[in-house]
Amino acid sequence: MAAEKEGLRLILRRFEEKIAKVLMLASIVLVLASLAGIIAVIAIRGVSALSISLLIQIPKGGFYLGKEGGIANAIVGSLYLSLGALFLSILFGLPIAFGLQREFTKRRLGHITRLTLDVLWGMPSIVYGAFGFIIMLYLGLRASLLGGIITLTLLMLPIMIRALEEVVRMVPVELKEVSYSLGATKLETTLRVVFKQVFPGIITASMLAFGRGIGDAASILFTAGYTDNIPRSLLEPAASLPLAVFFQIGTPIPEVQQRAYASALVLLFIVLLASIASEILKRRASRYTLR
Amino acid sequence: MAHISLRNLNVTYGPHGILRDINVDIPDKKITTIIGPSGCGKTTLLKSLNRLIDLTDELHVGGEVLIDGMNIYDEDADVLALRKKVGFISQKPCPLPMSIYDNIAFGLRIHRLNKAQLLNQLKHLEEHCAENNISLGDTGGSVGLSKKTEMNLLVEGYLRLAGLWDEVKERLTFPASMLSVGQQQRLALARALAVEPEIILADEPTSALDPISAKVIERQFQVLKKNYTIIVVTHIMRQAKRIADYVIFIYMGELVEHGPASEIFTNPKDKRTHEYVFGEIS
Amino acid sequence: MRIAVIGANALGVLIALGLIIKSWPILTSKPLTQLLFSSEWFPLKGKFGFYPFIIGTIEVTAIAMAIAIPICLFSAIYLSEYAPKHVRAIIRPVIDILAGIPSVIFGLWGVIVVVPFVRWLGERLGVHTTGYSLLSGGIILSIMVFPIIISVSMEVMRTVPIEARETCLSLGTTKWETVKWVVLRNAMRGIIAAIVLGFARAFGETIAVLMVVGNVAKVPNSIFEPAYPLASLIANNYGEMMSIPMYDSALMLAALILFMVVAGFNVGAHYTLWRLRRRGLG
Repeated sequence: MAAEKEGLRLILRRFEEKIAKVLMLASIVLVLASLAGIIAVIAIRGVSALSISLLIQIPKGGFYLGKEGGIANAIVGSLYLSLGALFLSILFGLPIAFGLQREFTKRRLGHITRLTLDVLWGMPSIVYGAFGFIIMLYLGLRASLLGGIITLTLLMLPIMIRALEEVVRMVPVELKEVSYSLGATKLETTLRVVFKQVFPGIITASMLAFGRGIGDAASILFTAGYTDNIPRSLLEPAASLPLAVFFQIGTPIPEVQQRAYASALVLLFIVLLASIASEILKRRASRYTLR
Repeated sequence: MAHISLRNLNVTYGPHGILRDINVDIPDKKITTIIGPSGCGKTTLLKSLNRLIDLTDELHVGGEVLIDGMNIYDEDADVLALRKKVGFISQKPCPLPMSIYDNIAFGLRIHRLNKAQLLNQLKHLEEHCAENNISLGDTGGSVGLSKKTEMNLLVEGYLRLAGLWDEVKERLTFPASMLSVGQQQRLALARALAVEPEIILADEPTSALDPISAKVIERQFQVLKKNYTIIVVTHIMRQAKRIADYVIFIYMGELVEHGPASEIFTNPKDKRTHEYVFGEIS
Repeated sequence: MRIAVIGANALGVLIALGLIIKSWPILTSKPLTQLLFSSEWFPLKGKFGFYPFIIGTIEVTAIAMAIAIPICLFSAIYLSEYAPKHVRAIIRPVIDILAGIPSVIFGLWGVIVVVPFVRWLGERLGVHTTGYSLLSGGIILSIMVFPIIISVSMEVMRTVPIEARETCLSLGTTKWETVKWVVLRNAMRGIIAAIVLGFARAFGETIAVLMVVGNVAKVPNSIFEPAYPLASLIANNYGEMMSIPMYDSALMLAALILFMVVAGFNVGAHYTLWRLRRRGLG
């Protein structure tokens, strides 16, 4: 009797594991399928509306009613915005990432700062949009390229710093010791040795932040404005790909909706490019530094 | 003549004592080996001589370390000048992320030597090399040495002193990480020599190397001791017996015994030294 | 460089301060309970009841979490415990790529695929719905939080020492049982932190939800009805913000609420994770 019970229990336990395995596989398949589904749908719908003229022209006359023109304003606007913000985030982010090293910041300040940065990293982009708007009011700016860049920089900074800090942390203490034992100061060691060591990591971090920045809509919604033209100065409003998609899908006209898919495909393509490139670079770099 | 003197040196890590009451004079222009079982404070002792232990917050130093009569732990002591005077080679050779040439030139560049100082250094180097039957100026078809600037000659000289020149002269612009471990350690030696120290500290310099590379390093030390005071931490008794002129035995953070190598290795006075030297404890 | 670090902290403080200052007018003119619990939203008449928006935000996030938690847990367990190395190596970057997809693209996909699906589902169940609903918002949001919950959960599960699993297995349990009794029990705190991080992420997501959730300022009675989360409120109405008195202050208050909730959850979750990491490494 006892033996039968044992056997039954064992079968039940094995069965439970089988069910769990099925659920696990189903879950992971669901996750992967959603990614595949998203890319597939956007690609399929977008490809049909894509054309060279769409990419290089700016909206003319009745663009929003289905007539001539293209999304060049959005493509260029997005590039201006993200590259500008990328530049500023590297400018401000590097000193902060370097400054978080043990040598420069005591433990307590380091912990507090990292916590603050983690919180800022998780902040919804609309909050950055609202704050950016406050700053613009304070500075007397109107919705413009500059406003968008400032706001995007605020959004990208925590991402940039987190990625940079990861690489800076991995610099082996022995390497820094070598530099110090030769008589270098903390600053010299950081600029001449640490910087060189983390350079590939800076590139990877930049791609990551760029991908995040170019796809964001909520932060630039009221800070960059929107326009049919390519901005010629920092004070002019700038169009962007995410907003182009957003506005174009909102119309009832089918041709314009098609263009929304095309814009989405362009945006998706750029973001995927940046993501994949940064993954590849990360692999490459770790092959070198792994001793 | 004592270049370096330790007076009542105490090092603690938080509440734990690592080194207690170390009092010893280290002889000039000889190889002094610090021996003792692992984890007894040998490396800490070494690192306290060039204030590398400053990097760890929790380590506190009491007592004095006198180099040329001045306490290096004084309030207004110049740490950068100290580190120029006292070179350091660590156990694991860590090439800087640059070319071989730049690794050697690094020390020279950060100390911002002007032309006169560079020329001076070059002169010293040439005398030094001449003593050891080394002549500078062999281009041998190397890349990038077309201009005979002082820097080039200096780099060449130090690489020769470290016994590495012949192997790398053709590829000075290559990244230093491409060298083998043995070569990297010799590179570390050349790099340390480039700032013209008077004292060289070496922390288990050959423990990560194959026997042939280890031998080369030991041989270089024998050559260098004519001009430099060398202090080597080692846990390899045979190595100590091979190269030591003077021996310091550290056990559990205490300075148990010190003296000329001939005495320590044949007739140690302390029981513990006896046990360690003759292999009963390790 | 220390200044830069302090500047980073200052930024966080500034954002909070800015939002507080801008919300001050409405906070001082209306009683807090009315703002938070009234359902009357008529800005032109000066009525600002945030209740439907708060409820809408909470509900759509809750639906997203209900969908995401089981899927993410099982996925994380699979990846951390069962998946062969090469499978994990491929899937991990894929999940990271999912994390990088812009929210407007999620929204677009939601409009094309999810909204019609929900409409179809509603018809099957006899409910009339346009498809723009809480459920659509929840579905899209859940996909958006997959990456963060999975990756943090995985990381936490990997810190459970291998000896714990080995001990369990050697007692004759199945792999699944080791997961249940050992891994999950040890990692539970971290997994909860992962879920909280996902929750915080979903709470503030704007554009994607905006495009599929319907945006009707009324407390929804079922998941098939539209809702109006706080983030969508701000995004939709920034245009009228300056023209109606107090409207800008009201929207800034919405932003402030988002900031505080998200910051609060993030601080809690990250602090827990930090404590776990320190313990896990020690």
